[in-house]
Amino acid sequence: MDRAVITHAHSDHLSQGSAAYLVAAPGQAIAAARLGGRSVESIAYGERTEINGVRVSLHPAGHVLGSAQVRVEHRGEVWVISGDYKTEPDPTCASFEVQRAHVFVTECTFGLPVYCWPDHTEVVRDIHQWITANRAAGTTSVLFGYSLGKAQRLLSMLDGLDIPIWTHGAVEGMTALYRAGGIHLPPTTPVASAMAQTDWSAGVVVAPPSAATSPWMHRFGDVSTAFASGWMHVRGARRRRNADRGFVVSDHADWPALVATIRATGAERVLATHGFTDVLARYLNELGLDAGVVPTRWEGEQDNEPAVGDSP
Amino acid sequence: MKAFAALFAALDASSSTNDKVALLEEYFGAAEPRDAAWALHVLMGNRPRRILSGPALRVIAAAETGLPLWLVEASHHQVGDLAETVALLLGERDKNVDSVSLADIIEQRLLPLRRLDEHSQRDSLRATWAMMNTTECLVFNKLLTGAFRVGVGSGLVTRAVARASNQPVDVIAYRLMGAWEPSAEAWTRLVEHGDGESPGTRPFPFCLAAPIDGSTDDLGAPADFLVEWKWDGIRAQVVRRDNGTWVWSRGEEMLNGRFPEIEAMATRLNDGTVLDGEILAWDHATHQPLPFASLQRRIQRKTPSRRIINEVPVVFVAYDLLEADGVDIRNLPMDERRQRLETVVESLGSAMTVSPLVDADSWNELAAVRENARSMGTEGFMIKRRDAPYARGRVRGTWWKWKVDPLSIDAVLTAAQPGSGRRAGLYTDYTFGVWHAGVLVTIAKAYSGLTDAEIREVDRFVRRHTTDRFGPVRMVEPRLVFELAFEGIRPSKRHKSGLAVRFPRIARWRTDKLAADADTLETVRQLLDAQP
Repeated sequence: MDRAVITHAHSDHLSQGSAAYLVAAPGQAIAAARLGGRSVESIAYGERTEINGVRVSLHPAGHVLGSAQVRVEHRGEVWVISGDYKTEPDPTCASFEVQRAHVFVTECTFGLPVYCWPDHTEVVRDIHQWITANRAAGTTSVLFGYSLGKAQRLLSMLDGLDIPIWTHGAVEGMTALYRAGGIHLPPTTPVASAMAQTDWSAGVVVAPPSAATSPWMHRFGDVSTAFASGWMHVRGARRRRNADRGFVVSDHADWPALVATIRATGAERVLATHGFTDVLARYLNELGLDAGVVPTRWEGEQDNEPAVGDSP
Repeated sequence: MKAFAALFAALDASSSTNDKVALLEEYFGAAEPRDAAWALHVLMGNRPRRILSGPALRVIAAAETGLPLWLVEASHHQVGDLAETVALLLGERDKNVDSVSLADIIEQRLLPLRRLDEHSQRDSLRATWAMMNTTECLVFNKLLTGAFRVGVGSGLVTRAVARASNQPVDVIAYRLMGAWEPSAEAWTRLVEHGDGESPGTRPFPFCLAAPIDGSTDDLGAPADFLVEWKWDGIRAQVVRRDNGTWVWSRGEEMLNGRFPEIEAMATRLNDGTVLDGEILAWDHATHQPLPFASLQRRIQRKTPSRRIINEVPVVFVAYDLLEADGVDIRNLPMDERRQRLETVVESLGSAMTVSPLVDADSWNELAAVRENARSMGTEGFMIKRRDAPYARGRVRGTWWKWKVDPLSIDAVLTAAQPGSGRRAGLYTDYTFGVWHAGVLVTIAKAYSGLTDAEIREVDRFVRRHTTDRFGPVRMVEPRLVFELAFEGIRPSKRHKSGLAVRFPRIARWRTDKLAADADTLETVRQLLDAQP
């Protein structure tokens, strides 16, 4: 591409090889880091720019720090591309802002009515109770979440526990960029720079899922592991993860939020992408909306957790 | 119900045996007798027969949630478990309602549904669901659809009950054999101290064999063991007490009525006799078992007709004597029990025989004889320590099973559909074909045998190489080849190939083979012809 407009820096939304990149300002440093330090242009949320006679602006998507919806306007017709989004409040990024649109291209990672997220305060309480029980048993709590976005949200959920928080290197790197972007997060210590003889069971370790099966885990001795993801809402996915616990913490809209957001945009036409596209499009058509599907290279794995690595 | 649902969730989340026993012990220690009785009942696998069919439950769930039926079905495909799907679709309920006891839920809510018409069923379900949180809903729905299952074996549950009631495991295990009736009285009898009760109709806990995983040389001298053929029938105990006969399967199902020829012969046993052995469909002309498929025709019939009894006669091949003249002799050495067994059974007649011993001086000699296992209609050898008592359950070192290698073929993956449970949402239920006249004809479906990493890789392949879809089933490009292992093969109308294999599983992924290298129907038919 000559010019890529980027919704956020997860690897299924940002790849190498374009001549120029445009991102929302709060995500500039993260995108630059993910692209290996190359320069990236940015504009503020809500600021308008013009590309080939088309008016383009970026608006908060509530997914991760700097995540954006792309609004394009040409001769009075407005299209909004949601990127990944959630509407739940999250202290680590700007909240989703609904944009009125004629055409709304929406993600639908969790586009099935079984995905309806539990009350966030209860999830926070469950995580705290899990850690407390592990500390009492002398077991190390290891909490897995993607290093960009999920990990920082988890850190914010641990705020106030007042226990040591150790981070995997990948998590620590992104966390530093969050802090530099003015996001308040509880203090963390990289595992690599912790003292010898550290009693890991006194605190909690935050690491990317890819670390779960790596020798990196050996140092913690007796561990209790937990994954934080929207997929953990379903028992089969929890059991497949082979973790001791699964906490439902998602950076994507659940089914009620998807449907409510689509309605709030006032869009006459909705295009579903990234996820249960056929299901969502059919449901919307039955509701009387004109809905279709935008295929993507990543559709194949959307109804499953990414197999390996540390992307979305 | 809250406590039981919480137990279910905790057992589900736990991977350690000790933790599971502790959770169960805690539950049984605190539960009311009625609830404990029902909890024990369902945890031991005696789940109530399905009350509502899957399609009926989906229709009710669609109506209750206001979602179109197809969307309930799409959700089910993703979740892989209808009970959970419905619990999730119903969403979080009012958490402040009082919990109703497990026994009340089952006796007053679940079981009566069977007698209601469709409309009343829906009203009743709505009221029941309104009383429960999501986990309770999940557990209730699992009981409703007959799919209740949680990862604890009966041995583990028995241990927990023993601990909770401060009794020896043996006593609880024995009292639990046979029919368990979920009532407060039965629970109280189960956990009360002291013995001296009548054994009644109950069988003894079955001694189970462990597979030989290393070399037979590690077992010690062959002379220390009895060697018998490993029969491929129904493991059963014949209990003769108080002038009555009870035939119990290893699954603790009472088989009375199904095998009248065995019961008739048992009337000639002395009172106070318990035999352990195998029910086999038998060819009296060749003195060999008929294929397992024949026995299956008998298993399905609760009261067999004269015709089927003539077509598929059964025999009881006894291999152990557990009670003689009313005395429990399980602690006698195998050798001695065997001698007494021979005396007891020899006098009976053709419907009851003693499993013959295989004599050999060395493991090598036995290995050579074992090659004939399949042609004898058996699965290999049973190897039993001569000086060992009759163990309760699987005690390594007493009984070993030494099975012949399975049959195998190379087949091509032709279709896949999403699995359930921990494979929900992944394409893990595979259909395989072999070549016939230039096309692939279906030979088997298999679900197991791959590692988690391989499962993910095949899942990705299926998604990227789909050629057609039929509901949840995706047809795929015929490119992946797998070695399938199975225990037997027989003619069948189920698949286009006209053959069906028994216990198919994936032995390995043949990444070294192209689809064109897979087996043909002709080579598979040769395996059929090679069997007895």
